[in-house]
Amino acid sequence: MRCESDLPASAINRDWAPILLLPVAGVLGFLLTPSTPTWITLTIAGLAMGMMIFIVASGLTIVFGLMDVLNFGHGAFITIGGYVAFAVLSALPGLANSEALSDNILALFVALAVAAISGALVGLAFERLFVRKVYGDHLKQILVTMGGMIIIEQIALMIWGPQERLVSLPPMLRGVVPLDEVAIEKYRILVIAVGSVLFASMQLILARTRIGLLVRAGVEDSEMVQALGYRIRRLFIGVFAAGAALAGVGGVMWVLYRGTLTAGIGGELMTLVFIVIVLGGLGSIGGCFLGAILVAVISNYAAFVAPSLALVSTIAVMVAVLLWRPFGLYPLKK
Amino acid sequence: MSDALLRLEGVHTRIGQYHILQGVSFVVPKGQVTVLLGRNGAGKTTTLRTIMALWKATEGEIMLSGMNLIGRTTDEIARIGLAYVPENMGIFGGLTVRENMVLAARAGPFDRNRLGWLLDLFPPLRTFWNLPATHLSGGQKQMLSIARALIEKRDLILVDEPTKGIAPVIIEHMITAFEELKRVNTTVLLVEQNFSFASALGDNAVVMDEGRIVHAGPMADLAADRARQKTLLGLSLDAHQ
Repeated sequence: MRCESDLPASAINRDWAPILLLPVAGVLGFLLTPSTPTWITLTIAGLAMGMMIFIVASGLTIVFGLMDVLNFGHGAFITIGGYVAFAVLSALPGLANSEALSDNILALFVALAVAAISGALVGLAFERLFVRKVYGDHLKQILVTMGGMIIIEQIALMIWGPQERLVSLPPMLRGVVPLDEVAIEKYRILVIAVGSVLFASMQLILARTRIGLLVRAGVEDSEMVQALGYRIRRLFIGVFAAGAALAGVGGVMWVLYRGTLTAGIGGELMTLVFIVIVLGGLGSIGGCFLGAILVAVISNYAAFVAPSLALVSTIAVMVAVLLWRPFGLYPLKK
Repeated sequence: MSDALLRLEGVHTRIGQYHILQGVSFVVPKGQVTVLLGRNGAGKTTTLRTIMALWKATEGEIMLSGMNLIGRTTDEIARIGLAYVPENMGIFGGLTVRENMVLAARAGPFDRNRLGWLLDLFPPLRTFWNLPATHLSGGQKQMLSIARALIEKRDLILVDEPTKGIAPVIIEHMITAFEELKRVNTTVLLVEQNFSFASALGDNAVVMDEGRIVHAGPMADLAADRARQKTLLGLSLDAHQ
C-alpha cells in the first residue's frame, strides 16, 4: 500500500537552527580558551554536566507539558537519589570499594536502579498527596509542591541527620584517562555514556511506542487524547513516576560528581533545571537535551574565562534564546 | 423516522457563572445526519462538548442506545463508541499523519480495508502520510481529523463546524466525503453554520438559540422554507449564502 512508503527526507522540514547553536558555542569557547587541551577538558566537563541536568530535567519538562503542572518539588526526587546512592554504596562495600571495574560498575548500577525505583515510588505518593488536588491551579501547585519538597527534605534530615555526608566514587571510577595532552575524568565519560543512552532510549520510546505517541500527543492536547478514548489520568501518573525516577537517577549521578551530600542538594539544582526546561521549550525532550548541553558548556567556558560570569552566562543564554524563540528552542506544535 | 441512537433530555450545562445550555432536548436518529444549526453563541459547541463530557451537564439525561452517558468520563464515552471532531480539529501537529491515525486506532493495527477506504476518501492523507501534521493545510487537517474519527467503527460521530475557515474547493470535497459516510449509514451529529453545506447533507435539522432548541424537524422542510430559515438563523444564514 502506498501509505507505507516514506516521504523523501527533504519533504520533512526539520528544524536544524537550534542544533547549530552547539557548534557555535564550541567555536566561541575554542576562541576564548588558551589551548586546545583546555578547551577539550572544558567541553567534556560541560557535556557531562549537561547530561546530568538533562537527566534530572527531562521528567520535569514532560510533566509540565503533559499535565500543565509546575512541580517546584522536583528537587526532592534528586535528594532521594542522592541519599539512595549514599545508602546503597555504604551497604555494598565489597562492590563499591573493590579494585575491579566490573564490581564498581555493578555497585553504581544497583544504586541507579534503587534510586529509580525509590524516586518512582515517592513520585507516586507525591502526585497522590500534593499534586492531584491542585491540577489546573499554578499558584497552588507552586506552593504545595514546594511544601512537599520541604517535607521530604525534613524526612531525609530525620533519617540521615543534618551533617554533610561524603559520597566517594568507587575506586576504578576515580582518576583520569590520559589522552595525549588531555586528561579526561573517567566518571565524566561514564556520565556522558549514561546520559546518551537515556536520551536515546527516551527518543526511541517517544517515537516508536504507543505510550510514547500518547505522551507526545498528550503534551500537545490532553483533552483530545481523552476524546480518543485513552485514560489520560493513568498516563499522567505514569509519566510523573517516570519523571521522578529519572530525577532519582540524576540525583545519584550528581551526588557522585559532587562527592558531598546534604538534604538541600536537590533544591540547589532546580534553578538550573528550570532555566533548561524553559530554554528548551516546555514539554520538549529534544529541547531539554539541547538546552542542558548548551547551558552547561557555555557556563563552563564562562567560568574559565571569567568565573564571576558563570551563573550570569546561563541566564544570558536563556534570555538570548527567548528573544530569538519566545517559546524555547523547540516549542511544541499545538 | 429511524430509531433514536442519541437522545438528550432537559440537558443543562453551566460553565462558571454562565448558564449555557438551558434544557436542551433532541434526538439523533440512527444512520442519519443530524445538523445542529444556530447563531454564534447559541450553544452548539457546548452541546457537543457536553455529550463528550468535556463539560459536565448539571441536569438532564444523555442516552446513547438506552445507556446514560451522564457521570461518565470523556475517555469512557469515546470507548463506548462516540468519536469527536472538535472545532479546532484537535490534530497533534508534532505527530505525523500516520501517528495521528495510529493513536485513533485504539484496538491495534489498522483494518487495512477501512484505512484504504479512508485514504481514497481523503487522498491528501495518503500523499502526506509520513509528514508531521503541523505542515498540513487547514483543509487537510480537517480531513485528518475526520479520518481519525472514522478509522475504527463508531456508533456516532460528532463533528463541529468542519467547513470553518476551509476553502470552497475543500468544502466540495467534504460534501462528497460526508455523502459517502451517509451511503454507509454512519450516524453523524454535525454542528454547522454554513446552511448550504448543512442542507446538502442533513437528514434532520435541529436549531438552537440562547442555549435552547427552537426548532427540530426534517432538513428538507427547513431548506424549503426560506422565511423560517431567516427567522431561525438570521445573520448566520446571510453570512454563508
